[in-house]
Amino acid sequence: MGTKDKQGFFGNWGGAYIPEVLHQTFEELNAEFTKCKNDPAFWQDYVELMSTYSCRPTPLTHAENLSRHFGGAQIYIKREDLNHTGAHKANNVMGQGLLVKRMGKKRVIAETGAGQHGMATATMAAKFGLECTIYMGEEDVRRQRPNVFWMEKMGATVVPVTDGSRTLKDAINEAFRDWVTNVDETHYVFGTVCGPHPFPEMVAWFQSIIGLEAAEQIIKYHGKMPARIFACVGGGSNAMGIFKRFIPESGVELVGVEAGGHGIATGLHAVRLSGTDASPGVAQGYKTMFLQDDDGQMKETHSVAAGLDYVGVSPILSDLWEKGRVRFESATDSEVMAALDLTMKKEGIIPALESTHAFVQAFKEAPQLTPADAIIINMSGRGDKDIFTIAHAFNDPSWKEFIIKRGLEYSQGK
Amino acid sequence: MQLEQQLRDRLEKKDILLMTHIVLGYPSFDTNRAVIRQMVENGVDCIEMQIPFSEPMADGPVIVKANQEAIKNGTKVADCLAFAAEMTASHDIPFLFMTYYNIIFKYGEKAFFEKAHACGIKGFIVPDLPPEEGESFLQLTAEYEIAPLLIFAPTSTDERMRVLASHGRGFIYCVARRGVTGTKSVIGQDVLDYLKRCREATSMPLAVGFGIQDRDDVSALIGMADMAVIGSQTIRLVDEKGAGAVGPFIAGLR
Ligand SMILES: Cc1ncc(COP(=O)(O)O)c(C=O)c1O
Repeated sequence: MGTKDKQGFFGNWGGAYIPEVLHQTFEELNAEFTKCKNDPAFWQDYVELMSTYSCRPTPLTHAENLSRHFGGAQIYIKREDLNHTGAHKANNVMGQGLLVKRMGKKRVIAETGAGQHGMATATMAAKFGLECTIYMGEEDVRRQRPNVFWMEKMGATVVPVTDGSRTLKDAINEAFRDWVTNVDETHYVFGTVCGPHPFPEMVAWFQSIIGLEAAEQIIKYHGKMPARIFACVGGGSNAMGIFKRFIPESGVELVGVEAGGHGIATGLHAVRLSGTDASPGVAQGYKTMFLQDDDGQMKETHSVAAGLDYVGVSPILSDLWEKGRVRFESATDSEVMAALDLTMKKEGIIPALESTHAFVQAFKEAPQLTPADAIIINMSGRGDKDIFTIAHAFNDPSWKEFIIKRGLEYSQGK
Repeated sequence: MQLEQQLRDRLEKKDILLMTHIVLGYPSFDTNRAVIRQMVENGVDCIEMQIPFSEPMADGPVIVKANQEAIKNGTKVADCLAFAAEMTASHDIPFLFMTYYNIIFKYGEKAFFEKAHACGIKGFIVPDLPPEEGESFLQLTAEYEIAPLLIFAPTSTDERMRVLASHGRGFIYCVARRGVTGTKSVIGQDVLDYLKRCREATSMPLAVGFGIQDRDDVSALIGMADMAVIGSQTIRLVDEKGAGAVGPFIAGLR
């Protein structure tokens, strides 16, 4: 991880720009988190929970067909899709759940974009007996409908947020408004390595389990460290999760892939670190590179992947970008659809739209390397949640027919 | 004159002062102008002008909507500064800026202070800038004689209040309850106990805000605080009845 400077800062980035109402709660959260970090038994409990309630360690799959297809590096896929609830988000959520139990809070809230973090939080709340409210931009409710259904089935209240751009950043604002109102009983399960300190550090710590496993697995299967690691970057939690262990390994190139949307030139994207549209700012409790105008107003972003459709990025990644340790690239919506199609056909694996961004860049670079090299793609989640979006993008006739028929049945009261 | 002294002079003649809030550019600068005139003519002692921000994290629905509409209408930071200069030149009460830190950060802290000072602004309220993150900001407040108006919350411990007071000047903004702006606060025993703690932590005047809506709220604060802050309520009033309704509303508060 980047060197820590002032409390909660990573180089020039981070901090805790929070309203005074939350000061005391952050004091308590920092104290509890510090205790957990220094208590080896806590990490053991965490690993135990993740191996019994979820599927850790998740496999590292050698994608032999894709490797052969590109004729370059050996492509390995870290299977976070096989976590319970289908994404890496569970790692962070179960960790924070253990923290919540220690702090004795009775209610959790969370923001969600793709719905995976909301899903994971709803399962954790059900398992630990907590009350749960999930804030989700109205736009994301529409495009990730299956996750909304499951969250509600598990007993969570899902609140569609109709302010601003109706996406992830607006859900975060609304979650903060809930938190300042109900701070005594409520913990805000922040979903990514952003927001005020200690969240970036805490979420990176829980997610680091991905890289710890991947390092052992790649040595076992490939005999040496990988040449490159690819991860998609929304807020940056799956990326930090797999990168963290490899940061000291100077031979391993770390590549973060952002949402190119309709293309950088169109302005319809979420490219913070791999383009020149972002600038330093302070919002949502932390300092980082934001997509904002000259007055400091946040801009609209676009991505086919709700989980990458965000104006800011982890302060830890801004630091690693500034120091040149992580390289950033972007993938467009249409490149994502092509890579998704290929991955399904060649490997029988369905990555989430977010995760597929990492596949796009890995496919571009695999041919530059030799079969003696390995690369790892962090498959942050499974694509099942995206079935409506993917079917729509592929303009799938039989799926459409099914939806039309079902719609008709529902409208006839059947 | 310094903000605290201006307020103390006014307190010689009144039981309690009134501070009001407007969102610049909402619904328009013309309406802002008319509303401010009515406020001043009806005895308001201090006005906080919010420079709109796209992510108003500490605000409730009424002010959130006002922020978003103002930005949608094309309100720029430069327009807000020019309007502020016009107001301070037209009315003899202290004017403050309320905004989120990114507006100041993006403008350039020093440049923003210089400009606000030239516009005659007396203080800044920045709800997402705790003193721990505001080192350079606090230095500039001294240099440009703009009061950093720090916030106490019911969750602040006595010790925390003293830390905040050591960085604040002008007055302390006491948030009456947990939550965001706009929801009505009941001035019950818990609020009064909290205000007692605030009073013990600082000798600066105390302003009380968040959910103060009517004459009863204001009179309940007499003797416990020095200034009542009316925020969302006038925005609601202007939305429903137009700028003309503000004067009588303000006149009826004390
Ligand atoms: C499957 C998946 N991948 C990636 C992301 C992006 O988040 P992060 O960058 O924090 O990993 C999300 C967020 O919702 C997600 O659901």
